This record gives sequence, C-alpha cells and structure tokens, in this order.
Amino acid sequence: MSETCIIVGASHAGAQLAASLRQEGWTGRILMLGDEPHLPYNRPPLSKGYMSGEKTFQDILIRHEDAYNRHNIELRLGVTVAAIDRAAKKVVLADGERLAYDKLALCTGARVRRLPNADQENVLYLRTLNDLERIRAHAGEGRRAVVIGGGYIGLETAAALRKFGTKVTVVEAAPRVLARVTAPEMSTFYQRVHAEEGVTIITGARIAGLRGTPRAEAVNFEGGAEIEADFFVVGIGVLPNTELAEAAGLRVDDGIVTDEYARTDDPDIVAAGDCTVHPVKDYGTCRLESVSNAVEQAKAAAATICGKEKPDQSLPWFWSDQFDLKLQMAGLNTDYDRMVLRGDPAEGRSFAAFYLRQGAVIAVDCVNRPSEFVLSKKLIMQRRVIDPAMLADESRPFKEVAA
Amino acid sequence: MTKIIFIGQDGSETQVEAHLGDTVMQTAVDNLISGISAECGGGCSCATCHVVVDETWIAEVGPAEDVEKDLLESLDNFSPNSRLCCQIEVTRSLDGLRVSIPA
Repeated sequence: MSETCIIVGASHAGAQLAASLRQEGWTGRILMLGDEPHLPYNRPPLSKGYMSGEKTFQDILIRHEDAYNRHNIELRLGVTVAAIDRAAKKVVLADGERLAYDKLALCTGARVRRLPNADQENVLYLRTLNDLERIRAHAGEGRRAVVIGGGYIGLETAAALRKFGTKVTVVEAAPRVLARVTAPEMSTFYQRVHAEEGVTIITGARIAGLRGTPRAEAVNFEGGAEIEADFFVVGIGVLPNTELAEAAGLRVDDGIVTDEYARTDDPDIVAAGDCTVHPVKDYGTCRLESVSNAVEQAKAAAATICGKEKPDQSLPWFWSDQFDLKLQMAGLNTDYDRMVLRGDPAEGRSFAAFYLRQGAVIAVDCVNRPSEFVLSKKLIMQRRVIDPAMLADESRPFKEVAA
Repeated sequence: MTKIIFIGQDGSETQVEAHLGDTVMQTAVDNLISGISAECGGGCSCATCHVVVDETWIAEVGPAEDVEKDLLESLDNFSPNSRLCCQIEVTRSLDGLRVSIPA
C-alpha cells in the first residue's frame, strides 16, 4: 500500500522537501498544506525586486503550478492545521477534517513579531505576499513612511520604498542598524549609503507608541518627540511557529529541535526551515532564518523520510539587496575576535569584511564583491588560517590570495 | 514549446519542455533537475544554478557578464562555457539547448 507524506507549510522548506522527496525516490503520496492561498513563492524578493515592481508574481513562484501536477505533489492552500494527533498519525485541520500520514514534515516557518498596541490599519508588516500588497497600496511619490526596525527587512523595505519616491525614515532602538547580525563597520556603511539615497535613519530611538486611530498619524518617542507619517512598516524580527509541535509533545526550545538529519524526537516526523533549532556545522546549535537553511535542511529531511542518511552540513549564507548594493554573507560571525577589511567601506560601495577567530576566517560580508564571496566560502569551510595583511591586500587578485 | 536537454552529473540526459520567457533555471527547478539548487531564486546571488553550455550552443546563448562572470570565475569547476542558468532566458532560438550540470 502506498504511504502518505504530509508537509505542513508551503514555503521554501516545504516546497524543497516535496521536490527532494521525489528526487530521493519517494513513490507515495505527497500532500502539502499551506496557510496562504498562494502557490509557494520566493519570499526574499518581497522586500527586493518584487516590492519595487521589477518582478511579477509569476516571476517569484518557486515552481509553476503544472510542475506540482507533473510530479504528483498535491497542494491544499489556504488551510490551517489545528493539531497533530501523533498517536493516531493524523493531522487535524481547523475545520475538523483529519488527514492520515505515515510521515510528517513540519515546515511551519516563522511569523512577524508584532508591535504591541498598534492595530491601526496603516501599521504594516512584511512576511507574506498579502503584506506586501498592502505596503504597495500605501507607497507612492511624496508619501511618508516610517519603518520601525533597522534590520535587513527594514532596510530593504526602506530602499524599495525610495524607488516609489516615498519619503522614508527608519527608526531603530539599538545604537546602530543591523546591530544583531553584523559588525559596527557594516552598520556605519549602511547608514551612510541610506543617507546618500535620501533615507533618514534614527538610531537609539525608544518608541513610546503610535498616535492616532483608526489610522496611526505619528510615532511617538520616549521624551516626547514624534514623527508624522502616512504609513508605518514594522520589521522587528520573527518568531518561529512552534505551537503545533509543542502541543503535540515534540521538543521545542526557541524552535522545533532537530538533529542534522532534520529528525525530531518522533521517528515519523521531520522538521525544516525557520521553525527549527538545530546543529549547524562548526557553529553550534542555532535557529537560522534563511532560504539556504530551509533548502538544505529540507533536502536532509527528505532523505531521512526515504530511509537515507544525508546530514545537512551546509555553510550558512544570506544575501540582501538594497539600492545598488549586492550584499552576500557566508558563515556566522558570532565570537569573532578580529575584522579585516578588503576595500574601504568609508568610501564607495564595494568591499569585503572578513570575520576572524584565532586567525581563521569564520564569516564574511561582501558588498558588491561576488568573487570574494564565492572564494571565501571555501576559506571558511576549511577554517583556513590566513595572513590578515593578505586578505586586505587589494593589489593581488583575491583568487590568488585564497588559492 | 522549447526543448532543453539537461545532462546530469552522472551523464544521464533529461529532455524537458520549457516555457518561453522562463529562465533555464526555472525550467530546471520545475523539472526537479538534480544539482540545480537555485537558492536565491534567480537573483544572481548564490551561484547554485551553474551549468556548462554545450559547445555547439555557446555562441547562441552568449557569455556571462558582470556579476555572473565574477561569481562563475571564482568557482572551482568553472569552465569557459559556464553560465548561471538563472541568467539564460528561454527563447525560440534555444530549442534543443544542451547544458550539463558540473560535478
């Protein structure tokens, strides 16, 4: 009798997992359940090329609809999963329908952290296509936006909104933008470029609340200052969707706990993507919010379901597009003890920042330096100890330095 | 419809139908071609959709330029006919295109 694999979640991890199951030889039924009404789509362009109108929805689909049909991957979109009955091996939908599984994959992703007491109609978030459509409806020439949160989502949104001629102010609670993820040198660079592109950035901003209802009219700061705007975009991080797993008795610790094979503590349940916390090779246990993590974990998960062992040992990497800046990052910079710059972030828009620990490169941020990015991935994976002066020496091609 | 032939790392050939206007990467992803991860979804950011264009097709497809060229030339398995297939648009003139996926 044919077995059924149910995938809860239809974004990057779920879509890859379904494809990888077929590639690994799974001949049983594959049923993907998505809470959004849309076919699986690439999320990163929402704050990049799709927001600014360079791409259409067809362009950002992960796969066309006919591809799912051809590979016999069933999609049920716009459905909410209410519970997992592990004893009966059934997924329970919000309307009470019960779907039997032999193998279950949890790819439930993450949701935006919401600003408390801010339910006004022009307070917007950015995670889904519907969120993006709402932002686009507000954007336009001469409109005023306040972006709350100076992380990658906030800065990318600010950059995309500038293309509409929208006046943008970014407010960030920390003393610098990107404080959670990158070095002060990078923050200084991004603050300079945003200023050059007409974005106002206010750091160290303690928000007291939003004034106005049903539409917010201004953001109020502690101390009494305020900034008026036509709309507000909040980008203050995400929370992993772990409630289903937790209610089903699976181990959860700021993410569904998995091993490098994407296994949970139930042999019939795997998990992948933003919703998981898992061992990342060379960096310890982490929860990563990235497409590459979702894709690589999903491949491991599919292999596990098919009875194979293909651990995820991939190097984490991330990217961010803002204005004419193509930022590519590899590795995790936690606990770096030295930074080496190749190129000058104080001038121009092209450089690489290497994060070293005990002489070895553990991470890199590359701005408009695709060659350094590709070559550094190898350096990082090898944990190569390399002379900092060589890394910084622009008179030699990086290919020679990394050889 | 336009036919594209992918030659896998094991030498096996897969012939698929491509939609005009799609990229060769999208065609590969839609057809579950192994070895094309396409992690950045076609943004020319990740170099995980590397293919080597068949010698008889490279003139029609054209060479890599700019960022794509920089990414490719830094890969260990770069060859003169290397392309990132997210940057190749499927057109009628590419009917029968052959690309291989490097190991």
